[in-house]
Amino acid sequence: MGGLSVRLRDLYARYSVSADWVLKGISLEVREGEMLVVMGPSGCGKSTLLYIVAGLLPWVIPGVVKGEASVGGIDVAKEGYRGLVGRVGIVFQNPEMQVIAQSVYEELAMVPENLGLPKNEVIERVEWVVNALDLGKYLAKNPQSLSGGEKQLLAIASVLTMRPKVLLLDEPTSMLDHRGTRLVLDTISLLKREYGLTIMAAEHRVEWAVEVADRILVMHDGRVMLEGEPEELFSRVEEVEKYGVRPPGASEVAYELRRAGVKTPIPVRLRDALRVYGL
Amino acid sequence: MIEFENVSYTYPGGPTAVKEVTLKIGKGESIGIVGHSGAGKTTLAKLAAGMLKPSRGRVLIDGLDTRDIPVSELARRVGYVYQNPEMMLFSSTIRDEVAFALKNFGYEGKEVEGRVIQALKSVDLNKPLESSPHTLSFGEKHRLAIACVLALEPEVIILDEPTTGLDYARCVALFNTLTKLNSQGSSIVVISHDTDLLARFTKRILVLEKGSIVRDGPSKEVLRDIDFLTEHGFVPTQLQILASRVGKCAPTPEEVAKAIMYCKPVQQR
Repeated sequence: MGGLSVRLRDLYARYSVSADWVLKGISLEVREGEMLVVMGPSGCGKSTLLYIVAGLLPWVIPGVVKGEASVGGIDVAKEGYRGLVGRVGIVFQNPEMQVIAQSVYEELAMVPENLGLPKNEVIERVEWVVNALDLGKYLAKNPQSLSGGEKQLLAIASVLTMRPKVLLLDEPTSMLDHRGTRLVLDTISLLKREYGLTIMAAEHRVEWAVEVADRILVMHDGRVMLEGEPEELFSRVEEVEKYGVRPPGASEVAYELRRAGVKTPIPVRLRDALRVYGL
Repeated sequence: MIEFENVSYTYPGGPTAVKEVTLKIGKGESIGIVGHSGAGKTTLAKLAAGMLKPSRGRVLIDGLDTRDIPVSELARRVGYVYQNPEMMLFSSTIRDEVAFALKNFGYEGKEVEGRVIQALKSVDLNKPLESSPHTLSFGEKHRLAIACVLALEPEVIILDEPTTGLDYARCVALFNTLTKLNSQGSSIVVISHDTDLLARFTKRILVLEKGSIVRDGPSKEVLRDIDFLTEHGFVPTQLQILASRVGKCAPTPEEVAKAIMYCKPVQQR
């Protein structure tokens, strides 16, 4: 499928219900096929950022957006979500909001049918996503009977039938348990590896973020505080502490070791920590 | 001291959220409550605060049945911070918000002002006292709501997901404040998903599942039991896994680092 780049420049945004700016001058670029995880506490503006890239704010959600936003050269500010159909897909935090059909097949066929595609193309796209994400075992089920993780997987799958170039995920695992989280993380890794999708995910759990991110952006109060590849970002111990960013547990242990005078690299992922610490 | 005697709670026309719970929360304890959404954490906490009365069984606060204690008396003994701060804020200025219950409890003048300032300081809220609570961000409102309860210095402080909307530094600062109050004699009960912070700052953990307590034990023991956590659908954190590998019962970065230094050589890259 391949990905498209996302470019934001000096972006300001607010919702109609409040006079406060939620985004206060965000500039960033996401490369084709890159996975960017946007972190920060609730209310920092990370979901808002995704709503703009999806063309939802101010087109569907009332508000004001200033600055430039483009996806693969398409001016989002000018075209809105209509200009992005087939290019950008968004999956919300709560899969219950997105999963509505009576059967898994219907759920998956809904997007391509609504795009007005011929029947054989609809079938082909459903079959593709069923194979890509190994959903065969769910096909006969009623979506409402699926677990939270399976529903979230289905929500991601239905968005993929659009064949988007950019996938936006708003805290995709926050409602899920261990098994569900694993299922969704593995799927995201697969989409990145096999299909080169550009992915932007909002997430507040750092240990999730470092598993899948090429780059992490830390937001606070509508601004970007820190940005970098996971290892590089969490090796900037002073800045991480200055801005109150939570490091992964593996890195926190390294910080403590260094404080005690032990020379150690700073791992961010569990597997690296186990190797570095010889466990 | 709060005692649950075989307590069940069924929402009118709804599900039974808490089932036959027997439990003691002693003076000066610090307890973390974990569980998935819908496990009954908030219901249990509201029963403990006397805000909900049991459908069956009894909840006793200092030996008194919560059905019989007047609300004003309950509030002196148990403070409850809602998950959603909007539920608690109604005054037109920050000062009035924190002072409201203090004045109701008969505090006056300098005592009120001193407690207001101290409570706001302990949650690191540096907004003008005359500004409206409604101009604050979600995280700031949450801190204000916590300050309102802290100002009363109740014997038991119950907080429902207090770290929502806080950045990490503020989470740690909040837990430090709670630890300080705890060391001064207040009991602390915190509902949270953040098992790393609970392991660091609480001494006892209750694990709730479908309205029942499925585990009740020392934090450092429960939260390093990877098999138990995984079996019950929790995602073990990096620290919990590292701690279990070094056989350490204290899953804090400091303890894990110490264990690595003294037990295992660190591999150089």
